[in-house]
Amino acid sequence: MTPVNLIIYGMANGTIYGAVALALVLIWRSTRIVNFAQGGMLMFTTFIAWELVERHHQSYWLGLVVAIAAGLVLGAVVERLLVRPVENGPPLNAVIVTLGLLLALEAVAGMIWGNGLSSYPPEFSLNFYHVGHQVIYLSPNFLFIVIAALAVMVALYLLFQRTSLGLRMRSSAFNPEVARLLGVRVGRMLTLGWALAAGVGALAGVLIAGTEPNYMNPNGFDGLLILGFTAAVIGGLDSPVGAVVGGLVVGVALQLLDNYVSGDIDFFFVFALLVVVLMVRPNGLFSRRSVRRV
Amino acid sequence: MRLPGILGRSTLLRNFLLALVAIGLLMGLTEVMSEYRNTQLADIAYTVCAAAGLTILTGLSGQISLGNGAFMFVGAYTVALLLKHHPWFHTIVGYNNREFILVLLASVVVAAAVGGLVGAAAARLRGPYLAGVTLALALGLPVLPDYSHLESKLGGHAGFPVTAPLQPGSVNYFRWQAWICCIAAVLTVFLLANLASSRVGRAFRAVRDDEIAASLAGLPVARIQILAFVVSAATAGLAGGLFAVVADSVSPGSFPLSLSLGLLAAAVFGGLGSLSGAVYGSVLITLLPQWSTDLSHQLSLSTNVVNNLPIAVYGLALVVAMLVFPFGLQGLLAQVWARARRRVGATRLATR
Repeated sequence: MTPVNLIIYGMANGTIYGAVALALVLIWRSTRIVNFAQGGMLMFTTFIAWELVERHHQSYWLGLVVAIAAGLVLGAVVERLLVRPVENGPPLNAVIVTLGLLLALEAVAGMIWGNGLSSYPPEFSLNFYHVGHQVIYLSPNFLFIVIAALAVMVALYLLFQRTSLGLRMRSSAFNPEVARLLGVRVGRMLTLGWALAAGVGALAGVLIAGTEPNYMNPNGFDGLLILGFTAAVIGGLDSPVGAVVGGLVVGVALQLLDNYVSGDIDFFFVFALLVVVLMVRPNGLFSRRSVRRV
Repeated sequence: MRLPGILGRSTLLRNFLLALVAIGLLMGLTEVMSEYRNTQLADIAYTVCAAAGLTILTGLSGQISLGNGAFMFVGAYTVALLLKHHPWFHTIVGYNNREFILVLLASVVVAAAVGGLVGAAAARLRGPYLAGVTLALALGLPVLPDYSHLESKLGGHAGFPVTAPLQPGSVNYFRWQAWICCIAAVLTVFLLANLASSRVGRAFRAVRDDEIAASLAGLPVARIQILAFVVSAATAGLAGGLFAVVADSVSPGSFPLSLSLGLLAAAVFGGLGSLSGAVYGSVLITLLPQWSTDLSHQLSLSTNVVNNLPIAVYGLALVVAMLVFPFGLQGLLAQVWARARRRVGATRLATR
């Protein structure tokens, strides 16, 4: 692979990591919880879509829409039933609840669909483009992924910055007490935030499942969760733009390490990357310096 | 209720006597149990080592770790490699207890060293950041045998068999394994119980409750947090070393994410910070797979359901425990005990 191709391929993968990171950041901003169940939630919604597309021969697009809808519902239900009671408790409790949900979702998916590997049929070709004799590591499928992820990011940006609903959501994340005094239904905004985040996660799940054969497995999305978390941390955990940039950084870094060091130990590289980032900037590369302690 | 005399005053002596009684009871238990039950007891015992260390880390010093399975991986591979490569071990035909203890100690030391490294990084991190890093550790360390340059040494994806030392004399092999694991577990809990009630344990709690206050009181906060990681990694390393011997083999697949989260489930379900809770929790998470298999045979459920039922229960247990009884089984028992005592006290007052 030429360096240029590595970077192109890394960035294409990185947009998916960025989308997962965005899902984590949306929830972190509104409820100060890292949703470790995100990997399990997007796995589950992707399996629902797979059931429709692969087993019931429905179209790719119906699968995608159903996955996102299932994600929205799942996110809202999880927030109302499981997260609300621990939202104001010690942070450890919320972490443990989301981990429990991760395990439970993986187990239930294993019960329904088995623990074997299966493939998600992509809508677009996985063959790389050629320019003359030169191969470019970009396939129609990856082009679609980049466009879809960017479209969602822009839509979210418009929602948060340009609509009154977005303003209400931002205000309840920024200062729930004051927002409540001003008549914002804070609880409802939090539920909506979780729903939106899970919807973005569901999109990322369907997108990545189609990138290679045999991707689908109940535990197969754990890595995506860690990649998304790393991307979110690089971006400072608080900044949606940072999350997307973080995704691109992780995608490219992983491709470079894969190519020049070893292609077998991705998870170790992600761990190392995360530790290095947190040692250099414990609050992420993009966070503004904040006063930590007096 | 306080015991009279020196037993009431010396925690060390009381814990020591309790440990002796526990070892005696467990030894007796192994005599009457089948080979299969002895293996289960060994499984429970090494899980207790790891869960007790985790409950000290997360419950006492307030640092979450989702990656203690990775320290078990380190301990297990240390034992497996030492038993494989050290000629001095194999030249002793038959059995020599002392060498085996040395090998187990090596697993403790190596895992503790790795724990120190992770702890040094962790001491700078809080809450979800720490959770994320340890989660990445749980996934990232066990893939190392797949690394092409290490594959020949670490056995790659398939792992390699562990030649466990032979049992002394005429002792049944499985009973002997149960002995080793039980002694290790009792020793671990004994040491941790003393640690928890010592100066160090108080320092852990002080740091957990308020870092600023602790540092104002002159406690070296970062060093204490690293120490807690070292302790929990050491016990997880011991657990891994014992696991390698009981399982007769090591492979990356033996240390999935669900192992680390299962340990957390054991600690949380028993009640974070409670050593006796870690024991109940370990019994539960070890026996659960077996119970669910038995149950599903009776109900003739499909293999997919059977294989995933224990994990589903771990997951639900974590969620339910946090929503309904955040202080775990031990906290629940303490509550029931307190209520019963209050009621007894009330009736006494009424009859007076």
